[in-house]
Amino acid sequence: MPTIIRARNLSKVYKTETVETVALNNVSFDIEKGEFVAIMGPSGSGKSTLMHILGALDTPTNGEYILDGENVSKLQDDELAEIRNRKIGFVFQAFNLLPRRTALQNVMLPMTYAAISKEQRLEKAKKYLKMVGLEDRMEHTSNQLSGGQQQRVAIARSLAMNPAILLADEPTGNIASIQAEEIMAIFQNLNKKGHTIVMITHEPDIAEHAKRIIHIKDGKIVNDGNGHKQRKVNGIHRDNN
Amino acid sequence: MEYTEIITEAIGTLTVNKLRTGLATLGIVIGIGSVIALVSLGQASQKSVESQIQSLGSNLLTVSPGAVSQGGVRGATGGGTTLTLEDAKAISSTSQITTIQAVSPEYQSRGQVTTGRTNTNTQILGVTPVYADIRKVTMAQGSFISEQQVSGMAKVAVIGPTVVTDLFGEGASPVGQTVRINGQTLTIIGITEAKGGSGFQNQDDIVFVPLSTAQKQLFGADHLTSIVLEAKSADVMVNAQNEVGYFLLARHKLNDPAKADFSIMNQQDILNTVNQVTGTFTTLLTGVAAISLLVGGIGIMNIMLVTVTERTREIGLRKALGAKKKVIITQFLMESIILTFAGGLIGIGIGILASFIITKLSNSPFVVSPSSILLAFVVSAGIGILFGWYPAQKAANLQPIEALRYE
Repeated sequence: MPTIIRARNLSKVYKTETVETVALNNVSFDIEKGEFVAIMGPSGSGKSTLMHILGALDTPTNGEYILDGENVSKLQDDELAEIRNRKIGFVFQAFNLLPRRTALQNVMLPMTYAAISKEQRLEKAKKYLKMVGLEDRMEHTSNQLSGGQQQRVAIARSLAMNPAILLADEPTGNIASIQAEEIMAIFQNLNKKGHTIVMITHEPDIAEHAKRIIHIKDGKIVNDGNGHKQRKVNGIHRDNN
Repeated sequence: MEYTEIITEAIGTLTVNKLRTGLATLGIVIGIGSVIALVSLGQASQKSVESQIQSLGSNLLTVSPGAVSQGGVRGATGGGTTLTLEDAKAISSTSQITTIQAVSPEYQSRGQVTTGRTNTNTQILGVTPVYADIRKVTMAQGSFISEQQVSGMAKVAVIGPTVVTDLFGEGASPVGQTVRINGQTLTIIGITEAKGGSGFQNQDDIVFVPLSTAQKQLFGADHLTSIVLEAKSADVMVNAQNEVGYFLLARHKLNDPAKADFSIMNQQDILNTVNQVTGTFTTLLTGVAAISLLVGGIGIMNIMLVTVTERTREIGLRKALGAKKKVIITQFLMESIILTFAGGLIGIGIGILASFIITKLSNSPFVVSPSSILLAFVVSAGIGILFGWYPAQKAANLQPIEALRYE
């Protein structure tokens, strides 16, 4: 399997006038295509900082980050924007859909920033909304959808540009647990189809949906290993691979 | 992202909060509207004054007596008695003056005109037949004063339409009837065509009598109140002014032009003075309107800044999904430009409507200059860019991480 993410000695230091805070300290790992990785850690561990760097929302102070063959560590704002657009599909904890816009319009948004024709945008948006089971909710505006439905729209949006990785930041943090299971089922399904997924979470039972779990503490990787293959949900045994 | 999409996107966003959009636009509407209305009003009044002055004849010089200093007291212009009929005759007969083609000696006063039942106070003007030629007087009925009537000191009068209405009622034709002025009975021989216009010299509220009759029979005066000269063309006006000036100085045995006992007004001077006054006025009003436009622009900036703050999360999301700075700037600039452009468009409509109503009410010609409309368009779009730039920059420079976290 080819390497999608190559992180080498990533460090992030926040400086204020008096204090230097090391949020990330010499972190190195590889993620291969088709992996489903959970990054876990308590709050303040540096997992959000790592997620920002992996999402090209921020650049590391030191180290090298190569995403799908492109060195992201030293890019300027607009170049980062292009990387985010083409290579990363974001799923946020707070969904972050545009209010008063329909599900379709929300899914088409990242495609408007790439030069994709209107017909193609519509076609793809419909396809991905169907994939997350919202074919009968395409014309609903985001405030007419439940939390779980909104997050499914967000997943469809993250797929829109056929990115190299899906980056999910606490994707079930704002959702009732039954709907959370549906969301995780969608992620596993996508992973089965070959999508590379990186998920940040602090909930162990959510992390266990992943095949590999990276534990972070105090800005360092403390454990990097396999997740559980078998887990119990609502009394039913489910194979997550 | 295509521009049509950005525009529909911007309009979509603006229509979400209609009240706020409307109020923000209102400042620009008022600003542009008042600029358009005031500029066209200024131009209308200028045109109306110009046409009024032109209707009094063209290429005219007016020689007025006065401005004499006697024992240190300087008399008012026109109040003196230094101009005589002999001066006028000398000007028309001398070979030293080559640029003048007509000379009209005039004696003007105000007086009470009565018919026995009704009376009115009006302008009484003693003239010769030349007056009708150079002042472009046309007759509605009867005829103007003739040479014989001037030399024969005939007791006749030609009256203006306003005087007809005042004395005999609307639409009457009193040719052949008589009026009394200062105890003398004069027969009406003609009525002039209405010239319209109002203001400093109403050419309809007037009674013409032969110059000799006015001087000898009505007012007992020997002098003239003015001599109006018509130059051969507009190009020789300055020459004519000089020639007449030096000729009269010599005739009055004065050698210092500063001590002249008369003054010569060029018609262009009057026009220029009037234009200067109306011009200053227009500039002043336009300045006030421009200030209101500036205030409107600041209102737009304020609203855009509020919008950027309100939509911080949206901006963060757009940037996270791949919007480059330029796209964000364009999006917000487009919103402010649409705001001001719509305001400008409505303002132009209201401005034209306002100036139309005011000119109708004040009876002045309705003028809308295309240049002021063009200017309004450019200015309103310019304000959109100028006052939208800072908020748009602010939006584009937001860091996506912080913007996404913003509550």
